[in-house]
Amino acid sequence: MFEDKLNSWEGFQKGNWAREINVREFIQKNYNEYIGDESFLSAPTERTKKLWNKVYNLMQEEQANNGVLSVDTDLICDITSHDAGYIDKDLEIIVGLQTDKPLKRAILPFGGIRIVEKALEENGCKLDDNIMEIFTKYRKTHNQGVYDVYTSDMKKARKSGIITGLPDSYGRGRIIGDYRRVALYGVDILMQDKNQQLQELELDNITEDIIRLREEITEQIHALKELKVMASKYGMDISNPAKDSKEAIQWTYFAYLAAIKEQNGAAMSIGRITTFLDIYIERDLKNNVITEEIAQEYMDDLVIKLRMVRFLRTKDYNDIFAGDPNWVTESIGGLVSGGNSLVTKNSFRILHTLYNLGPAPEPNLTVLWSNNLPDNFKKYCSKVSIETSAVQYENDDLMSEYYGDDYSIACCVSAMKTGKQMQFFGARCNVAKALLYAINRGKDEISGEQIAPITPEIHGEYLDYDDIIERLDNMFDFIARLYINTLNVIHYMHDKYSYERLQMALHDKDVHRTMACGIAGLSVLVDSLSAIKNAKVKCIKDERGIVTDFEVEGDFPCFGNDDDRADDIALKVQKMFMEKLRKHATYRNAEHTMSVLTITSNVVYGEKTGSTPDGRKKGVPFAPGANPMYNREKHGIIAANNSVAKLDYDESKDGISYTFSIVPNNIGNTLEEKKDNLKIILDSYFKSGGQHININIIDREVLIDAMEHPEKYPQLTIRVSGYAVNFVKLSKKHQLDIISRTFHN
Amino acid sequence: MYGKIHSLVSYSNVDGPGIRYVVFMQGCNLRCKYCHNPDTWNINTENKVKVDELVEKIVRCKDYLTSSNGGVTFSGGEPLLQVEFLTEVSKRLREKNIHIAIDTSGNVDVTEKVKELLEYVDLVLLDIKEMSRYKHFNLTGSYNDRIFKFLEYLGKINKSIWIRHVYIPGLTNPLDLCNEDIKKIKSIQKVEILPYHELGKYKWIELGLKYELDDISIPKDEECKVLSEKIFKYIKE
Repeated sequence: MFEDKLNSWEGFQKGNWAREINVREFIQKNYNEYIGDESFLSAPTERTKKLWNKVYNLMQEEQANNGVLSVDTDLICDITSHDAGYIDKDLEIIVGLQTDKPLKRAILPFGGIRIVEKALEENGCKLDDNIMEIFTKYRKTHNQGVYDVYTSDMKKARKSGIITGLPDSYGRGRIIGDYRRVALYGVDILMQDKNQQLQELELDNITEDIIRLREEITEQIHALKELKVMASKYGMDISNPAKDSKEAIQWTYFAYLAAIKEQNGAAMSIGRITTFLDIYIERDLKNNVITEEIAQEYMDDLVIKLRMVRFLRTKDYNDIFAGDPNWVTESIGGLVSGGNSLVTKNSFRILHTLYNLGPAPEPNLTVLWSNNLPDNFKKYCSKVSIETSAVQYENDDLMSEYYGDDYSIACCVSAMKTGKQMQFFGARCNVAKALLYAINRGKDEISGEQIAPITPEIHGEYLDYDDIIERLDNMFDFIARLYINTLNVIHYMHDKYSYERLQMALHDKDVHRTMACGIAGLSVLVDSLSAIKNAKVKCIKDERGIVTDFEVEGDFPCFGNDDDRADDIALKVQKMFMEKLRKHATYRNAEHTMSVLTITSNVVYGEKTGSTPDGRKKGVPFAPGANPMYNREKHGIIAANNSVAKLDYDESKDGISYTFSIVPNNIGNTLEEKKDNLKIILDSYFKSGGQHININIIDREVLIDAMEHPEKYPQLTIRVSGYAVNFVKLSKKHQLDIISRTFHN
Repeated sequence: MYGKIHSLVSYSNVDGPGIRYVVFMQGCNLRCKYCHNPDTWNINTENKVKVDELVEKIVRCKDYLTSSNGGVTFSGGEPLLQVEFLTEVSKRLREKNIHIAIDTSGNVDVTEKVKELLEYVDLVLLDIKEMSRYKHFNLTGSYNDRIFKFLEYLGKINKSIWIRHVYIPGLTNPLDLCNEDIKKIKSIQKVEILPYHELGKYKWIELGLKYELDDISIPKDEECKVLSEKIFKYIKE
């Protein structure tokens, strides 16, 4: 039994969780399901409004200053690097900033020094010479490690854009520390547990794996010590378990804060904290220590902090991940395996922050939807979506089969068991380009460079389906091998030079790892193959002898119409690529997975890809994630949903992203009707096997107006592939892409 | 058996109760001056669908339809021009417990075949273009005698009816529906006055047709709602 020195666990039902690190069991034994409606919720207090107003003004200032308010140039950020920072000390309930000032961005050079230098330059600043010297002369970075090892094929593939978005110069992210552990156990018990793990590793044969693990655990213990130091700067001792709800929220946040001070990963999810925290709130409410108003105030305050997460990024990075996102993803709801839902009052409270503070993209609120969620909660979620377009939904009935009932979503759609599983983020391969390589004998259609091995010439002007499938199969062989090898290099080096000490300290000793590959351009590839199969596709070569355009004669079925002739091709290529990936050995024996997700990179991918046999012209954006191509969904919403839902989750366990946009009138006339219809759409989509859906309920005209008059829409939030963005923060190109997408009406 | 169809729309919330799968049938025997689907007039089309194929497409959407108390709506064009096809599809959908509505002008003879189809239909959305015989001819190219016979038959078999009417200011007067011939039909469950719009105008131009209506003011949704309620109240009094 762990020692509960301060009686922090009084009133909790005990179990194994008091003997071993087991947050899941603590939740199951102690949470109170809430099946009522939203009428208990409290409006923001004057304090909350005042504090949010300050932050809001700073964000406006930031936006006016090219998106960056201020930035460090001479202080290497780590868990203890900065003194305590405040927005307004007297007004804050939950404290802690990444740097000494709100919205000031830190420099995290361990991923790569050049990228820091470049990002600073783009913001009119200069990196401190000493830091430059340290990271070029004395301390190697992750990025340097990767480039020391990259083969010429890898470099070529990266440059040509067949594989892009690779985390080789910034934090890989997509790792979720179980931040709840710090609140439940306090840091001392966690360190005790880690020391125990080290002892278990005093083995007869100290092999490379054991050496690495021993070093990692030792690093984790250092990070936990630093976490305590960080908290002490704010005048708090977090050695022991949290005693009340305020401490539980504060300590969970501290743990997360330490993670984002140490790592600038692309996606830094917070996990699944809402229902956990509800247990503390309920205990305090029961003991009359706090009121509902105060409970909401705590959650509002936490969310204000989560909206302030900032990393220093380069312009190139913003082209791929538009709108300065951080994917502070919080997973809400879901079911206990085979039982009640995990919906609590706090599930409502966190969604309610979208009203108390106004809509915003962060935290990335993700509802784990089950057909068996309480009806009142479903209706409330629908209402929030209708009024804010800031929520995404994922299929708990599907995912719980794989991940149980305490998983979290990393980034957009990647499920993982909290504290027990992590992924090696692998960005994505452009499969539409892969088809062009198959047609062009391994040459890039834009640069003309030979990227893949040369293959025999295609005979005749017209493409033959069977021949192209065989060529594509060979091309996938080559790309999958190169892709896995590249990821092996990246994650080897990331572990070595930019290890996530604090996040991994909040994991079990033996972590299940996945090698999370991804594909972009699925619907372009599918429609292209459908055109080759069902119509006649003639190749047009340019003066270099490279096929750069196509003439399509006749009609062909497209993905997104619930037409098996096209949808079966989607299933075929999904499986085909996944099977190729599985053939290659992975670093640390990670399990191969794949996502169908683009973030906003569908625009960049489109830009870098020549004309395709589906009639899409060079440079035209792809559809995001698993979406059908724009305006090719001819049979409306349900048919489009059905096509996407057919994709096989088994072959894409890292997630299948779908963005659904509809004009408000088309969902219903009254709010009640809209709520009912949206609930039915979600229930039915998930019942048919869909994994993820972003819901946007907005008029296209509003977006056009927001593009022209951004000042009128400072908080307009819209969901893109797997996350939400503040619409006015997007580049014109991304704004136009969103406006051109299908809005069902 | 094949049906000639214009298009399939898997989701609609304006073609009957709940979420509807709408089958737009090809072919029409009216030539309404304000028609927003003139491309459905000609029954000769390449776009054909088999009974099985259509039933399967609809059944795949069943969860959405039934959980919203919606179903399928056959619209057009004039769906009753393909009564045998509709009957086959409806029989099959009835087996799957899918609610069936037809959106029709009612401008057909009440034949035995039509009677058989109506046995499988749960709801008729009857679009009454104009009450006056002469004005109806002027507006649609056809008199409305058959339409009233059709309506009478629906009343006789107690079939659920939603009366629909497009309000074209200066051309039609919705309040004409406050009429004894309509009042006597007891199975009317709803009246929907729909505002005239010009969203289909471009199709006339594409088809090389002349769109005769001009300078029509677009009625407000609110006005149409008030009219709908007023007329329904009159009918039910």
